[in-house]
Amino acid sequence: MSDTLAPASSATGSARPAPRGARAWRSPGGRISFLVRPRTLVVCLTLALVSALTLVVSVSVGDYGVPLSAVPAALMGFGERLDVFFVQGVRLPRALTAIGVGAALGIAGAVFQSLSRNALGSPDIIGFTSGAATGAVAAILILGAGRLVVSLGAIAGGMITAAVVYLLAMKNGVQGYRLVLVGIGVSAMLASVRDYLMTRADLTDALGAQIWMIGSLNSRGWAEAAAVWIGLAVLAPVIFAVGQRLRFLELGEDTARGLGVSAQSTQIIALAAASALTGAAIAVAGPIGFVALAAPQLARRLTRTGGTTLAGAALMGAALLVLADLVAMRLMAPTQLPVGVVTAVIGGSYLIWLLYTEWRGGRA
Amino acid sequence: MLLRAPTPTRPTLTRRVIRPIGLVIALGALAVCALLSVTVGAKPIPAADVWAALTDYNGSYDHDVIRSLRVPRTVIGVFVGAALGLAGALMQALTRNPLAEPGILGINSGAAAAVVVAVFVLGASGSALVWPAFLGAALAAVAVYALGSRGRSSATPVRLALAGTALAAVLQGLIYGVIVLNDFVFDRIRFWQVGSLTGRDLDIFLQVAPFLVVGIIVTLALGPSLNAMALGDDLAATLGARIPLIRAGTAVGVILLCGAATAAAGPIWFVGLIIPHAARVITGPDQRWLLPYAAVLGAVLLTAADTVGRVILPGSELEVGIITALVGAPLFIALVRSRKMAQL
Repeated sequence: MSDTLAPASSATGSARPAPRGARAWRSPGGRISFLVRPRTLVVCLTLALVSALTLVVSVSVGDYGVPLSAVPAALMGFGERLDVFFVQGVRLPRALTAIGVGAALGIAGAVFQSLSRNALGSPDIIGFTSGAATGAVAAILILGAGRLVVSLGAIAGGMITAAVVYLLAMKNGVQGYRLVLVGIGVSAMLASVRDYLMTRADLTDALGAQIWMIGSLNSRGWAEAAAVWIGLAVLAPVIFAVGQRLRFLELGEDTARGLGVSAQSTQIIALAAASALTGAAIAVAGPIGFVALAAPQLARRLTRTGGTTLAGAALMGAALLVLADLVAMRLMAPTQLPVGVVTAVIGGSYLIWLLYTEWRGGRA
Repeated sequence: MLLRAPTPTRPTLTRRVIRPIGLVIALGALAVCALLSVTVGAKPIPAADVWAALTDYNGSYDHDVIRSLRVPRTVIGVFVGAALGLAGALMQALTRNPLAEPGILGINSGAAAAVVVAVFVLGASGSALVWPAFLGAALAAVAVYALGSRGRSSATPVRLALAGTALAAVLQGLIYGVIVLNDFVFDRIRFWQVGSLTGRDLDIFLQVAPFLVVGIIVTLALGPSLNAMALGDDLAATLGARIPLIRAGTAVGVILLCGAATAAAGPIWFVGLIIPHAARVITGPDQRWLLPYAAVLGAVLLTAADTVGRVILPGSELEVGIITALVGAPLFIALVRSRKMAQL
C-alpha cells in the first residue's frame, strides 16, 4: 500500500536528495532569497528554446511552404501577402495555442499529481478529462450543438466531475489514494455513458464526437490562442503562489500543518485553479491526453528534483504539445491527424523508453 | 512446491463461520441469477417451458430462443464474470496494488488495438475477432510485465501501473489514428468496445473455453502461495516460496483469464476492479478464500447485470459493460469511502 500511494516524490527514489549544486540567491540586504538549481535552470531554458524553435519551424512548413528566411518578415507582417496570411493568420495562432494548451496541461497535471501524491493522479485519471469529454459528447450527440456550446459543455462536465470527485473523496480531508480511486470510479461511469451515446448515434455524428474526444488543434485561430493565454495569465500566478505550500503538503498533511500550512484551503485553491486551467485547455483543444500525465513526470526526471517543479512541468508541456502538433500536421499530410493521436503515441513511447532505461540500471 | 499457508492474521471466529456460509449463499445467488438469465428477456417464457426446452427440446420458437440464445449467453456470462473477478484478484495480489485491473495494466487496450488492426488490415468481423483480442490482451500483459519487472528489483506496483498506463496510451493513440483515417473501422469498434454478451454464440465460447478452464484451475491453486507473497518478498522467500515461479504463474493466469474474457465479451471494465474489493470485505486478506469468492461474485455480477440490461429499457437492450460500470462505480466509491484499504 505504502508503495503505491507514497508521495509523488518517492516515484524516483524515496529520500529527497540534497539539491546538488544548488545555490542560494539573495537580494542585496537579504530580504528576498531563494535556491537556484543550475540543472533546473538549464532544463527550463532548453525546453523554452525547443518550444521556440519548433514554433518557427511549424510556421514555415506546410503544403504552402514559407522559407525560413522569409519567416521573420512574415511574422512582422511584411513580405508576400500569402506568406503573411499563412504565417500570421493561420500557423502562428495554432502554434501559440499549442504552447498555451501544453503549458496549461503541464501545470494542471503537476498540481493534480502533487495533491493526490500519486504519479498517476493527473486530470486524466481523476475524472476531469472524462467529465469534459462526456459533457462535450452529450452536447454534440444530444443537443447537436456548435463549437461554443460544446466547449461550455466540456468545461461544465469537467468542473462538475472534478467537484463531485473531490466531494466524494472528502472524509477528514482528502487523501491522495482516495481521490485517485474515486476518480477512477467516476471516470468509468462516465465512459460507459459515452459509449452508450456513441452506439446510439448515427455514424457521422459519432465520428465528429470521437474526433473531438481525441483532442485536436486543427484550424484553431487567434480567438482560441487568446482564450488559453488569458486563462494562463490569470490562473498560473495563483498556482505558482501556492506552489511552495503544495511542496510542503507532499511531505504529508500533518507535517505541512506543523509547518504552518493550511492544508484544506491550499488544496481547494490549487484544485480550483488547476481545474479551471484544464477547463480552458480542453475548451480550446478538446481533452488532449497524456500531456498532463507525462509532462510533470518527464520534467522531474530531467531536472532530477524530488518534488514537483511547476515551471518545468509547464515548459515541458508546451514543448511536448507544440512538437506533437507539428508531427500531427505533417505525418499523414495532406490529412491532418488530431494532435491527441500523436501526444498519446509520442508521450507514451517516451515514457516507456524512460522507464526502460531507468529500470535497466536497477535504479528506482 | 505448495506452501503451508501462513495466513496473515488468525481469522476471528465470526469470520471462520461466515466464510463457508457466505460462499454457499453466493453460489445460491449465482444459481438464481443464472436461472433468471435464462428465463427473463424481451420475450417472457414461463419457467416450466424453460425446463422443457433444456430437457425435452421440441423445436418450437420458444425452445429455440432458450437453447440457441439464452443458454449460451448465460454460460458465457458466468465464465467471463468468474474470469474477470479472478483476474482482478490476482492482479491486485501480484502487484500489491489496489488499482490493478485489466484497464490500468493496459490489457483492455491491447485487446482493443489488436481488434482494430484485425478489422483495418484483415477486414475481420464476428467470431474472427476472438483471436486478435486474445493475442492483443496477452501481448499487452507480457509487455507490461516485462517492462515493469526489468532491472535488479522485481516488479513494483508503481512500475507496473506506470508501464501499463504508458502502453495503454500508445495503443490508444494507434487506435485513434486508425479510427480517424477509416470510418468503417470506427463503426465496428464503437460497438465492440462496449463489452456485451449480446449475439454471442457457443462457437465463440468453445474457442476460448480451454483458456478459461486452465486459467481458473491455475489460479485457484495459487491461493496459499499468494498468501506467502503478501508477507513481502523477503519474508516469503525465507518461508521457502519460489517467488519468480509464483509471479510467473500468476501472470500466466491473469493473461489466460483476461485474454479469454475480453475475447469472448469485449472489454468489460470494472468487474476486475470492484469484485476483489467486495470479496475482501467478507473474506479478509486470505487468498485461499478470496479467489473462489472473487470468481463466484464476478459471475453473479455479470449474469445479473446482463439480465437487468435486457428489461431495463423498453424496446432495446443495455449492454452489460455499461451496466457493470454504472452499478460497479457507485459501489466501488462506497467501498473506498467506507473503509481503509486492506493490505493486499
